[in-house]
Amino acid sequence: MQRREAIAGLLFVLPWLISLIVFTAYPVLASFYYSFTRYSITQAPIWVGLANYTQLFTNDGALRASVYNTLYYTFLSVPIGLLSSLTIALVLNLNVKGIGLYRTLFYLPSLAPPVAGAIIFIIMFQPEGGLVNSILLFFGIKGPAWFSDPAYAKIGLIILSLWGVGAGSLIFLAGLKDIPRQLLEAAAIDGANNWNKFWHITIPLLTPVILYNLIMGIIGSFQVLGAAFVIGGTTGKPQESLLMYMVHLYRTAFRYFNMGYASAMAVALFLVILVATILIFRSAHSWVFYEAEAK
Amino acid sequence: MADISRAAAFALPPQAGRRSVWLQKATKTVLPHLLLVALAVLFLVPFFWMLVSSFKTKETMFTQPIEWLPRAWNWQNYPNAINYPGFPFLRFLWNSTYYSISVTIGTVMSCSMVGYAFARLRFPFRTTLFNITMATLMIPWVVTFIPTFILFKELDTFTSNLLNVRLLGTYWPLIIPAFGGNAFYIFMIRQFFMGLPSELSDAARVDGAGEFRIFWQIMLPLVKPALMVMAVFTFLATWHDFFGPLIYVSDNRQFPLSLGLYAFRAQRTTEWALLMAASTITTVPLIIIFFFTQRYFLEGIKLSGLKG
Repeated sequence: MQRREAIAGLLFVLPWLISLIVFTAYPVLASFYYSFTRYSITQAPIWVGLANYTQLFTNDGALRASVYNTLYYTFLSVPIGLLSSLTIALVLNLNVKGIGLYRTLFYLPSLAPPVAGAIIFIIMFQPEGGLVNSILLFFGIKGPAWFSDPAYAKIGLIILSLWGVGAGSLIFLAGLKDIPRQLLEAAAIDGANNWNKFWHITIPLLTPVILYNLIMGIIGSFQVLGAAFVIGGTTGKPQESLLMYMVHLYRTAFRYFNMGYASAMAVALFLVILVATILIFRSAHSWVFYEAEAK
Repeated sequence: MADISRAAAFALPPQAGRRSVWLQKATKTVLPHLLLVALAVLFLVPFFWMLVSSFKTKETMFTQPIEWLPRAWNWQNYPNAINYPGFPFLRFLWNSTYYSISVTIGTVMSCSMVGYAFARLRFPFRTTLFNITMATLMIPWVVTFIPTFILFKELDTFTSNLLNVRLLGTYWPLIIPAFGGNAFYIFMIRQFFMGLPSELSDAARVDGAGEFRIFWQIMLPLVKPALMVMAVFTFLATWHDFFGPLIYVSDNRQFPLSLGLYAFRAQRTTEWALLMAASTITTVPLIIIFFFTQRYFLEGIKLSGLKG
């Protein structure tokens, strides 16, 4: 019977085992290998040592622009997104009636396909006669040219990313609902006011969810692609202001067929994501509260 | 919370107390609603604008002042978008459906079997393999997609010469990996199987049921909600997927909606109204599905929070 179970178990995981080897282990190793080669697909890869990496760090202006754009995007969209989704969750948690309807409404933007969302925003942010600038004009403000102005294109993209914060606030809301009522009531009996309760109970108990949303937000923003690609194309119009790291990587691989250099870019991004995640997890010990540890 | 404010009110002189309670209640119920309604309106504006714009014409699209509702509802935009030469949107709709359903079936099948084995079956190297599975959660897609493409390109030359079957230009490179499973959902479904009592499977085993029958007839029906969570999120993500088809699908007629929409916008930059009609066609199926499967979406969101 034991043996039958073992055979069944191995058969059950067989597809995953194959997938792990073929679609995970092999591609990761191959990415590292290709990153040390010049490889155009039509010809066999040629070993070039660290040449791709030297070029990556010293001699690629477009890459520098794409790194700047991606960091700019990440450092604004992630914190603003976290703050807005947390705020929405806190308001939703005030025991308001019809919470189900609000939850649905705030989640709806997450259903819109990224391509459709980007196109809707292009139309809304049209410089002349677009919805946003018309409303601004009503208040006597002359709006910028948004996606046609290199100084504002990324701001537009960040606003587009904020349209989707509803999903994050529902995650926060689930975390808020998990906070034991007794804790808040006990604090109130001890004379804590609302602010004290929020700052010393709600926020500490929510820090694991904040950590989760923060890491997911950063990993996602480093790899931002769809909307930037739809709005700015492979050149990151206007003037490379929407040239994100992944857009540059995509065109290096599938427009210039420079697979070796693109692989070096992929490996570099992988290492950056890994280091960023490790650093955040390290810092977590000083600001994330784990109930299990306290007990 | 309400109890506490009531208790506080008792400490005050009765007259002032009643007024402040009333005031507190009003601010407590009205203020959040005002805030939430304002936010909800803000979140819905893009959808509203998509819908309204899809009934306008090229000329009334960007007028000063703007038309909040079109003066004339131009229904013709929808048939025009669907029949636009070179952009068969109904065909795109079918491609998106085919792609999303195939990936969903593959993911649900493989992840439930693998997750079940990790949770309930004892086999050699189970813990090692599970730990490796969890470690792969850290590997972003960026570091696998180039070699995977090259792999399918090599396979393509092989299969097209030998079997006369093409892989590049089709959805196979995007569908086949789904049947191998996905680390996140394997983990999720494993947690569900772990929570089931072992008496059920033990009893069935004593009665001589095979392992697959135990899985299929006894255990799987018990985790139906988790399977639904997995199915709706996979379906949504695949419908949204733009980059996968961009790499593998090259023939116009094979495009999914996301890619068709992108190509339409890239080539017909000024057909704004038709573009909005096409965007509506791309978005509406998801909203319809969402309204029927809402509770699974909410369940799934709760689960992702628990992971933190």
